[in-house]
Amino acid sequence: MKLALKLAYRNLMGAGLRTWLNVIVLSFSFVIIIWLKGVMTGWDHQAKTDMTNWEIGGGQYWQSNYDPYDPFTITDSHAPIPDELKKQEETGEIVPMLLLQGTIFPEGRMMPVTIRGVSPTQSFLHLPASKLDTGDGTISAIIGAQMAKHSHLKEGDYVTLRWRDANGTFDATDVLISSVFSTNVPSVDLGQIYIPLSTLQEFALLPDEATIITLKNAEESATDYPGWVYKSKKDLTRQVDEMIKTKSAGQTVIYAILLLLAMLAIFDTQVLSIFRRQKEIGTYVALGYTKQQVVGLFTVEGSMHALLAALLSAAYGMPFLAWQAKVGWTMPIDASEFGMAIAQTLYPVYSFGLVVSTVLIITITTAIVSYLPSRKIAKMNPTDALRGKLQ
Amino acid sequence: MESSNTIIIKGLYKRFPVGKGEFTALSDINLNFAQGEFTGLIGPSGSGKTTLLNILGSLDVPSAGEALVLGNSIGMLSAREAANLRKVSLGFIFQSYNLLAVHTVYENVEFPLLLLKLSATERHKMVMDALEWVGLTDKIKSKPPQLSGGQCQRVAIARAMVKKPSLVLADEPTANLDAANSHHILKTMETLNRELKTTFVFATHDDKVISYLRRKVFLLDGRIDKDEIIHPNS
Ligand SMILES: Nc1ncnc2c1ncn2[C@@H]1O[C@H](COP(=O)(O)OP(=O)(O)OP(=O)(O)O)[C@@H](O)[C@H]1O
Ligand SMILES: [Mg+2]
Repeated sequence: MKLALKLAYRNLMGAGLRTWLNVIVLSFSFVIIIWLKGVMTGWDHQAKTDMTNWEIGGGQYWQSNYDPYDPFTITDSHAPIPDELKKQEETGEIVPMLLLQGTIFPEGRMMPVTIRGVSPTQSFLHLPASKLDTGDGTISAIIGAQMAKHSHLKEGDYVTLRWRDANGTFDATDVLISSVFSTNVPSVDLGQIYIPLSTLQEFALLPDEATIITLKNAEESATDYPGWVYKSKKDLTRQVDEMIKTKSAGQTVIYAILLLLAMLAIFDTQVLSIFRRQKEIGTYVALGYTKQQVVGLFTVEGSMHALLAALLSAAYGMPFLAWQAKVGWTMPIDASEFGMAIAQTLYPVYSFGLVVSTVLIITITTAIVSYLPSRKIAKMNPTDALRGKLQ
Repeated sequence: MESSNTIIIKGLYKRFPVGKGEFTALSDINLNFAQGEFTGLIGPSGSGKTTLLNILGSLDVPSAGEALVLGNSIGMLSAREAANLRKVSLGFIFQSYNLLAVHTVYENVEFPLLLLKLSATERHKMVMDALEWVGLTDKIKSKPPQLSGGQCQRVAIARAMVKKPSLVLADEPTANLDAANSHHILKTMETLNRELKTTFVFATHDDKVISYLRRKVFLLDGRIDKDEIIHPNS
């Protein structure tokens, strides 16, 4: 094996430019695959972190009727906050939210919204709820940047807000947009308007009631409150996992194309070198190699492209990947339009396992692609090979 | 005394499939070569010299009959046994040298020893000895493309001789060389034959080679035409 490696190395170096072209193509595959996968991992982390910070905390209790995908359930999704949890509200351990269907009328247009009542004193969600506390009796509201864009509302604007109370009666009032926040989590932004919880409870005639109760810390064992369903952080981020999975599947096509290109180059090189080096093959046999050993020699030689590519990738790829991890990759398009929890700048995250598995997969593929054409050697007649007369 | 013979050939035939039929390249060859012979297979083009040499080198097998090389019956050997015979006991010299172009002179000569798994110090000594025999110790770092034809063939001889094989098979070793180089090469081989008792079998139609041979086996259309032993009578 040591001899095979030595021979392979010398032969590759002897082949010069051709070797380096193959190695460069392969090393691109290495770096791009690791980078893309790193971006996906980074996105996964970022999306989950952002969701945790902005929306789901350590987990949530949902009123049992609540279904975020069915706006009609919102009318019936409210219940008094369980007493045990109420105590925790005072210590800032939970954030109850009441959700109500409503309509706003910006510039005379009509826009359906979800009105969310949130306490201005909540402290662990990034939502700037303290801006809801105007202190002078004005009813103020906060909205996200996307919502502001779609409704053409800005800080300081007044907008008419209409809702139906528990009895089904319409009521309306003007609210002041006291703050516009920007977030990467679309579900807390698009179509959402936040007003103080107590105000909404009053408007809706639902004192002390809530739809969602967000916990600061994850529950070790979820308590069963009648009428409430516990949603762990894992349940709530399942969407992110699925999105990443779908995106990764799409990327597999890119990996496949990159690998295919590299493998075609290797395959071509192997076929050509086996054809051109018949005399050399015959000489190896004459010097005492079995044909199987020559097959091995050529396979090692082809596979070594992957090894050289890994080294080359380390040389220029490591600084590149490290730099990317530091400055991040800013998407050329407006990320907020995605409707997904995605930041404008993604910071790739690489794991040891990612690097090792990429190197392994590429090396194994290269070895297989090197081996396939080399099998032809086993069928060669050494006397014909020595004459170099095979077709 | 058959056992002292390096090569014993009995009723050997070699047929090649050609189209739907067969072409008989060698027919009814019976020959014995003793240890230390300096023999040539001589004959016009197409007479079967290379074919016979390939069989002796275990690169090909007889269609009928038997060829015993150092006690091994060619044709009965497994691929591994045949490779082992070549690795340990045979040396090849080719018309077109067949050196490994990306390796230096030293590495080319060292190659057969690497297969034999000898220690580095042993290898070094043997390679330097072999290069000494052919007078190329000053070229160890050169690569074959930088050498003349004569130098290349001397490297090939060193490669064939480095492991001190029992039998060296040389197919037209001088065909690509001028007269001066041919004589130099042949003198080298003659010396090695004398000093190391190595059996040499040539395939040739070159008069320069023929003048050095101590036995001439003439082939014609795949048959032995004449077997001449030249007795030293100077
Ligand atoms: N693989 C093969 N298939 C068919 N015929 C072959 C094969 N190898 C050799 N022959 C034929 O066998 C005959 C002997 O060939 P061989 O190469 O042994 O001749 P040679 O004496 O070495 O000739 P030269 O001096 O030209 O090298 C030739 O007629 C050749 O065409
Ligand atoms: Mg010939």
